[in-house]
Amino acid sequence: MNSSSNPILRIEGVGKSFGPVTAVDNVTLDIRENEFFALLGPSGCGKTTLLRMLAGFESPNTGRILLEGKDISPLPPEKRPLNLMFQSYALFPHMTVRQNLSYGLEMERLAKAEIRRRVDETMAMTDLTPFADRKPEQLSGGQKQRVALARALVKRPKVLLLDEPLGALDKKLRERMQLELKRMQNEAGITFIIVTHDQEEALVMADRMAILKDGRLLQVGAPEEVYERPADRFVANFIGVMNFIDGKVGADGLFAAEGLQVKAAGAKAGAATLAIRPENIAIGPPGDHPVAGTITDIAYHGLDRVLHVKTAASETPLQVRIPASGAGNWKIGDALSLKIDPAKCRLFNA
Amino acid sequence: MSFNATRPTLLAAPGVAWLVAFMVVPCLLVLSYAFFQRGVWGGVEYTFTLENFARVADPLYAKIFLNSARIALTATVVAILIAYPAAYAISRAPRMTQPILLFFAVLPFWSNYLIRTYAWIVLLNREGLINNLLRALGYTGEPLSMLYTESAVITGLVYNYLPFVILAIYSTLSRLNPELMEASRDLGAGPVRTFLRVTLPLTLPGVAAGGVFVFVLSIGNFVTPALLGGGRFQMVGNLVYDQFLTANDWPFGAALGAALILTMIVLLLLQARATAHASGERKGEAER
Repeated sequence: MNSSSNPILRIEGVGKSFGPVTAVDNVTLDIRENEFFALLGPSGCGKTTLLRMLAGFESPNTGRILLEGKDISPLPPEKRPLNLMFQSYALFPHMTVRQNLSYGLEMERLAKAEIRRRVDETMAMTDLTPFADRKPEQLSGGQKQRVALARALVKRPKVLLLDEPLGALDKKLRERMQLELKRMQNEAGITFIIVTHDQEEALVMADRMAILKDGRLLQVGAPEEVYERPADRFVANFIGVMNFIDGKVGADGLFAAEGLQVKAAGAKAGAATLAIRPENIAIGPPGDHPVAGTITDIAYHGLDRVLHVKTAASETPLQVRIPASGAGNWKIGDALSLKIDPAKCRLFNA
Repeated sequence: MSFNATRPTLLAAPGVAWLVAFMVVPCLLVLSYAFFQRGVWGGVEYTFTLENFARVADPLYAKIFLNSARIALTATVVAILIAYPAAYAISRAPRMTQPILLFFAVLPFWSNYLIRTYAWIVLLNREGLINNLLRALGYTGEPLSMLYTESAVITGLVYNYLPFVILAIYSTLSRLNPELMEASRDLGAGPVRTFLRVTLPLTLPGVAAGGVFVFVLSIGNFVTPALLGGGRFQMVGNLVYDQFLTANDWPFGAALGAALILTMIVLLLLQARATAHASGERKGEAER
């Protein structure tokens, strides 16, 4: 195994509760050197609490946090070689961009010339040089975001923590900054841990991601892995779009619901839910495929179209994604038939 | 003029009218006295003179002015030193308990200023509570003379104006994003450096507002020095009071009052400027 896959940060059985509320429940997680890691989950899942424990603003009730093998959990935030980029950016309003960036280095008592050199270098990398003498209130949202990032990066932390870094930006800028962040992570060669509730953001940026719910770790893996083989029904639903069909698996290992039978691997007999992505359902004229349905809705997305198809198998219409071009002339109310790709199905026992 | 432009003027009208009738006009009236000679039995003889202003600059009175300023400044500094930690503690208390703590901080305001000041006489007296307590604890020496001292005056001033300072500082502290302090810690500053470089600079407008408030009210105060200073420690307020009610020299009292009001206006303007500077004067510069 090469050095880039060594864990730089090890979260070991970490738990935190606030009174009767368990925010983080016995989480164990390795984060490798130089990776872009995403902590993903709905609001209240404990991801921010976990991040704040890494930064030192909360102390875990149980477990340890090891940075390069050393337990940092007893250290106050100012003694940890990690830096946090705050969701609110938390730029010092009474300081210029340059002063904001210099602050962290002044705390390390570096020489003036050295501080100047490093701040200049970081401002150049983040395109902030023209704004060096501006105060935060004179900056746009995107510029503030870059100052927040630069202020953390200039410290050359071992790990950079980012709390919903793109949450305050509009969609266009957010998409650009997703790639920008990835580029800077590459250039700086620093491990990034980002907290987000936006699964798309995590899929685009992360090398690996962890999905949390109610303080518990549900799944850790590369985006493709999590998308294609979600560990449970929650993850399947949370990442991307997923169709669910309730039914049961017979003794023969065949999943059956009303008007539908699928031979899927790894199924235990009993009540079960079949999960299938919209892009893994094929359509044809009535009779072509085994499952009959009627179109109830069509959503045009530019590159593709999503048909909502009512079948006997499930209460909610199934979503079927077809390319927008050459999609035929499907209209609402049309009858059609569906084919579910058994290889792409996931079965979750109830 | 459009409806929207008229309405704010209309809304402000009662307040402005009240101020003009009961504040501006009387002030100007009193100020005008300063340019005339004193009447023999009080009142004013309408002969123009600048002599009253010349007397204000007299070393004797200038000394009282400076003395008042020194006492007011001491009271201001002490009040800020007590109020800042209190305001800080309140702003860090749980959201739900903050209003309760603030309620207790301003509770003294609910009683009369005079009664509050008299209460200090009861405490500081040679036969007062503090001396009695000391005796009960076994102190056998001479009773401490705490009343009718400069310290008693300062104590009274601090006590009376403290709630204002707590409120002023609290209001800036509570509006401060706590993540700023966390960011400072995260960037490597300990609690002390975080306070000196982030918390304090960002709450200076509140400190200035509270400080100017105490100073302005203290320098012109005459009740507290009269009651707790026993008349031995004259401040400008007492001097003005004496000119009008004892010496029957209205023009000179008016000149002293004018000098006092001028001092206050200058201070208030300075404070307003400092606050405007701290909160976004730079914004204007950027847009230019």
